[in-house]
Amino acid sequence: MQWINAIIQGVLLGGLYALLAAGLSLMFGVMRIVNLAHGALAILAAYIGLVIVQGTGVSPFIAMVAVVPIMAGIGYVLQWGIFNRALRMGGLAPLLGAFGLAVVLTQLMQLKFTTDSQSLQTGSLSIASIRITEQISIGVLPLITFAAGVIVIFGLQMFLSKAPLGRAMRAASDDSETVPLMGIDNRQVYALSTAIALGTVGIAGMFLGMRGNFDPNYGQAMLIFAFEAVIIGGLGSLWGTLAGGMVLGVAQALGSQMNPSYGVLVGNLVFLLILAFRPTGLLPKAVTT
Amino acid sequence: MTLLSLSGVDVHYGDFQAIYGIDLNVAEGETLAVIGANGAGKSTLLKAIAGQVRASAGTIAFDGVDVTALPAHKRVPLGIALTPEGRRIFKSLTVEENLLVGAHSKRPGPWNLRAVYEAFPLVADRKDRLGTNLSGGEQQAAAIGRALMSNPRLLLLDEVSLGLAPVVVEQIYAALPTITGQGTTVLVVEQDVNQSMRVADRVQCLLEGRTVLEGAPSDLTRDQIASAYFGI
Repeated sequence: MQWINAIIQGVLLGGLYALLAAGLSLMFGVMRIVNLAHGALAILAAYIGLVIVQGTGVSPFIAMVAVVPIMAGIGYVLQWGIFNRALRMGGLAPLLGAFGLAVVLTQLMQLKFTTDSQSLQTGSLSIASIRITEQISIGVLPLITFAAGVIVIFGLQMFLSKAPLGRAMRAASDDSETVPLMGIDNRQVYALSTAIALGTVGIAGMFLGMRGNFDPNYGQAMLIFAFEAVIIGGLGSLWGTLAGGMVLGVAQALGSQMNPSYGVLVGNLVFLLILAFRPTGLLPKAVTT
Repeated sequence: MTLLSLSGVDVHYGDFQAIYGIDLNVAEGETLAVIGANGAGKSTLLKAIAGQVRASAGTIAFDGVDVTALPAHKRVPLGIALTPEGRRIFKSLTVEENLLVGAHSKRPGPWNLRAVYEAFPLVADRKDRLGTNLSGGEQQAAAIGRALMSNPRLLLLDEVSLGLAPVVVEQIYAALPTITGQGTTVLVVEQDVNQSMRVADRVQCLLEGRTVLEGAPSDLTRDQIASAYFGI
């Protein structure tokens, strides 16, 4: 029964990882940018949320309504300011740009907020749970987080397959040189992609802050989990990212069940096994270009 | 009336100069074929007109407006569409999605999904297929349809017949009268001289980046064209 409980908790945790990884997956899928600043940006979102919550006294869920567009705006500016230039330079420039951004953001957050742990208080919600059986109960906050992850991935997938901008994003992913011949400015498509990606980072960062403590360096650990979710699921595939998040979450939960210190280790081992035996991931993109 | 006018256009790729001082005029409603051997600079010329490469000297005017400095995505709304060499169909998009991306600029005009499907039955049959699963001929037809979706005043066709079976080339060229019948000006680049002579009002032959011969197909002899084409 404990093991079943571990699996359920792992799936719920996987929802958070998928939520964190969605933006990473989207940016890689559209622009082939490996955004090493993803974790730091999630923590930035949590701090922006914290400032709003402390300043106005609203609940973190209300603050999220403001955090998401703020993060989207930051994404738009970052794309024009850093990534579009870096993409034009080609090669490692986008990766190095993202790395530099991560370092600068982390340092700035340390300056402004210190390295003391913070968290976003959700009051009674943080301990509320639904009792399933004697041994199994599901926390309401993890359940909401999981639902948010599924909704974000589903929404992104719908947007990419149905919306004209989503179509343009897929076209740019296939062949960025040909997209301008359609009258589409791919730099603008990229800027909107990053805006959407960082909007999801805003949601992820807020849930991260509600789930537990965070500090400016916490983003690096989260970046690794998000990466693992993306790779396990298959690069460029959003459904894969959701599956990858859950696989990682379950692996970590089962590991913790064996021994409380094994959680992260087992997660990393599963990641390595996938890399060794199925390097394209669980649900690779159907079309490789 | 002159729709497109190039004067003294040079294009460089780094240190390499691909075309030298090209002058070219296309009247509204006319079909011009640019012919020449491999490496004569034909595709570069079309890329310069579409804005995919920048002219390093000279001017490109479209409908009296200097577009030399405009990027490709700003030339499409003016009515310039290029079907690129190699077709460049978006592989993970369906044929219909490819066409819809082509309509991004929302230029008004006679072309829409239905009109493209009527002109290219080949495309209509494959509309739900992914670009990656198309044959060469289907890709070419879809690529022309995609360019038409922007309702261009000037349609640039690069190497339509390259690598396609003659019967497929014929099917694709069969749609050309429908396109020009809408008043669309067409500039076609071909290695297949016979094909271009059949469809064009005028041909311009390039050799190593320079214009060496120009005229209506009926005014040019085979020998003239052969010597211009091969530079002998």
